[in-house]
Amino acid sequence: MSTHSDRTGKAQKGGGLYARRADIFPRAVDGFYRRLKWAIMGVTLAIYYITPWLRWDRGPYAPDQAVLVDLANRRFYFFSIEIWPHEFYYVAGLLVMAGVGLFLLTSTVGRAWCGYACPQTVWTDLYLHIERFIDGDRNAQLRLKKAPLGPKKIFKRVTKHAAFLIVAVLTGGAWVFYFADAPTLARDLVAGDAATVAYLTIGVLTFTTYWLGGWMREQVCIYMCPWPRIQSAMLDERSLIVTYKDWRGEPRSRGTKRQSDDPVGDCIDCNACVAVCPTGIDIREGPQIGCITCALCIDACDEMMSKVDRPRGLIDYATLEDCDAERKGAAPVPVRRTIFRSRTFLYFGLWAAVGLGMLFMLGQRTRLDLSVGQERNPLYVQLSGGEVRNAYTVKIRNMETRPRPVRVSIEGLPGAVMWDSLGSDDSAAAALEIEVGPDQVERRRIYVRAPRQGEAPAEFRFRLTSLDGMPAEDIDSVRFDRPGEN
Amino acid sequence: MSTDHEDKQIDAATGTEFKGHEWDGIQELNTPLPRWWLWTFYATIIFAIGYCIAYPAIPLLDRATAGVLNWSSRGQLEKDVAAAEAERASVTEELARIPIERLDPESPLMRAAIAGGAAAFRVNCVQCHGSGAAGSKGYPNLNDDEWLWGGDLSAIHYTIAHGIRQPGDEDTRMSLMPAFGRDGMLSSEEIEDVVSYVRVISHQEQPSQSAQRGATIFANNCAACHGANGTGSRAFGAPNLTDPIWLYGGDRATLNETVTNSRRGMMPAWDGRLDPVTIKMLAAYVHSLGGGEQSANVGDPVTSPDAPVAGETEAE
Repeated sequence: MSTHSDRTGKAQKGGGLYARRADIFPRAVDGFYRRLKWAIMGVTLAIYYITPWLRWDRGPYAPDQAVLVDLANRRFYFFSIEIWPHEFYYVAGLLVMAGVGLFLLTSTVGRAWCGYACPQTVWTDLYLHIERFIDGDRNAQLRLKKAPLGPKKIFKRVTKHAAFLIVAVLTGGAWVFYFADAPTLARDLVAGDAATVAYLTIGVLTFTTYWLGGWMREQVCIYMCPWPRIQSAMLDERSLIVTYKDWRGEPRSRGTKRQSDDPVGDCIDCNACVAVCPTGIDIREGPQIGCITCALCIDACDEMMSKVDRPRGLIDYATLEDCDAERKGAAPVPVRRTIFRSRTFLYFGLWAAVGLGMLFMLGQRTRLDLSVGQERNPLYVQLSGGEVRNAYTVKIRNMETRPRPVRVSIEGLPGAVMWDSLGSDDSAAAALEIEVGPDQVERRRIYVRAPRQGEAPAEFRFRLTSLDGMPAEDIDSVRFDRPGEN
Repeated sequence: MSTDHEDKQIDAATGTEFKGHEWDGIQELNTPLPRWWLWTFYATIIFAIGYCIAYPAIPLLDRATAGVLNWSSRGQLEKDVAAAEAERASVTEELARIPIERLDPESPLMRAAIAGGAAAFRVNCVQCHGSGAAGSKGYPNLNDDEWLWGGDLSAIHYTIAHGIRQPGDEDTRMSLMPAFGRDGMLSSEEIEDVVSYVRVISHQEQPSQSAQRGATIFANNCAACHGANGTGSRAFGAPNLTDPIWLYGGDRATLNETVTNSRRGMMPAWDGRLDPVTIKMLAAYVHSLGGGEQSANVGDPVTSPDAPVAGETEAE
């Protein structure tokens, strides 16, 4: 790709083992897309930093944090939804939705994820702003780079990297709050009492944020991230991408040349689009992998076009299909016709179907659950009184955040009695009453004794009934084995 | 590089220099690796060198270099075992202190003992009693409620500690049923009759003439240990003959063999082979398998070990 050679060509002339990163000093720009980027950056950062601090009252037996990934107790809290490990398919469903959502987004508005919402983009953007605040805009930064190392330059460099590190620590620091009670953890972190893994996580995320946002920047997008390559394959000729309309702009010329009689295009070759690009590409060379479609070049170009009194949109969001049409003289296509088409409807339908399916499942799921497994070693025990005993592992899952008294009873096995393996058969009865702790799985080994009748295994059922007035029931069918003919 | 080309060729399309290699008109571009990748690569090399110095790494003829940290997987295992034992120390100490019959069945200590016993059982007992403790012909099923020597905690504990018919252990369980046929105490007809009788009282056969004759033979020869009505005696380790549970089988041929030649089942005495805490844990586990009895249901557990010794002298 041309980007690659342009960006790295100079360093390669020497034929060294590695290509030195060419520094990029994007110029500040204002315009519609820049303001859109500000808004999205604000929203995404706010979501990231504020979410762990939201509270949600779940009663005395459960944490009050709205969003909490409780790895130690293997629970996942998301507002009113509590996910147990065996319900992890909801997370799988969310991942499917995220995947299909990205297909949907990419096929409609192109690489909007890359340009606006990707964490690498958001934090790099934040770092670029900090850099401009301390070092000044593009030209000042270029001058500072060339300047010899003096007190002023050292001061600016130290300040800048200190600011980068503060942002990095805050980023890593916010992450750990998702995994523990935020106010408690914040106190512990300051007091030095928090778990080692918390400090370690903050350390790792501080390093990655500082390194990826402060140093690697666009190299992450161009060399490390697999996503642009996948995304390029998902774009089609009807996806929106940032395009330079060369049939309108070429041949480009600047200054006095424009006064000549030769036909000239609208492009005044001011290089504003290149100067503002955070990945350092020249959009006028056509679609390329380095373009994250952040549209800052559109803002820069529109500003210039207004100044020289030419129509805006020399660089614009357009589909390849529209480009071909426009090149042949057709009018620009309204964006809504690009967005609403069968492919995007299909993706949206798929995405919505998974979402609705999950909502339906959430509505249907039980919060009291019985599962019985028969002991298989041995399958049955012949008792001296002529009866037969089978053993079962009974698991009762109470997914409510309060203790629940329940009754376990036997159906369909005449004369059967049962008792808890911890007690003796003196307490044998047709039903057992058990109190299951809040948010817990009660696991009991239960013995069932029945008169020996015939030799074929009998099917029967365990029934679980809630005794706390809130009707809830579950049934599990199991087998009762008896000595057969040998 | 030894061959330095005077005129470096540049690829027109990309502006990149050629390496100078060509195969069938296809040339290699000099596209360098990214610096971060190289640094990562160098870091792994440095790490590998450090690792080789610190840990055992280089294989010699009969061992590997020790490494300056003196680490070894064997040493690691010993440390882990020691750590695990230290962790269990509170449980083992308490178990060592508390007499087996005083163990509270509902306590966490009992649960710990049962879990430990289950592990010890899988190592020491499954060879004969099976992984589910269901036994097999000649090896008692420990899940059921039939016990030759008693099924409460202390009786089970005693049996595990001293074994059955173990020479060298004076306190071992010792039941000795005579070989009535082989030793000429009963004729083969008499044995057939007593087998008929035993099958009648265990509800496997209808009463018959043979069984009637057998009842008299039973009263004269068997009732001393098995009881007048055949319900057995734990004092002598004599099985209950009226229930459906048979250690060797209840069919005619097996019973005939048992009466003719007797059975001399054995079990090792685990005292001395296993530490006292493990034996307690095993007793707790076997008791928990479903047939465990409360101490009150059983006769004095202290008398039972003495009785078989008396039975032995009687038989010899």
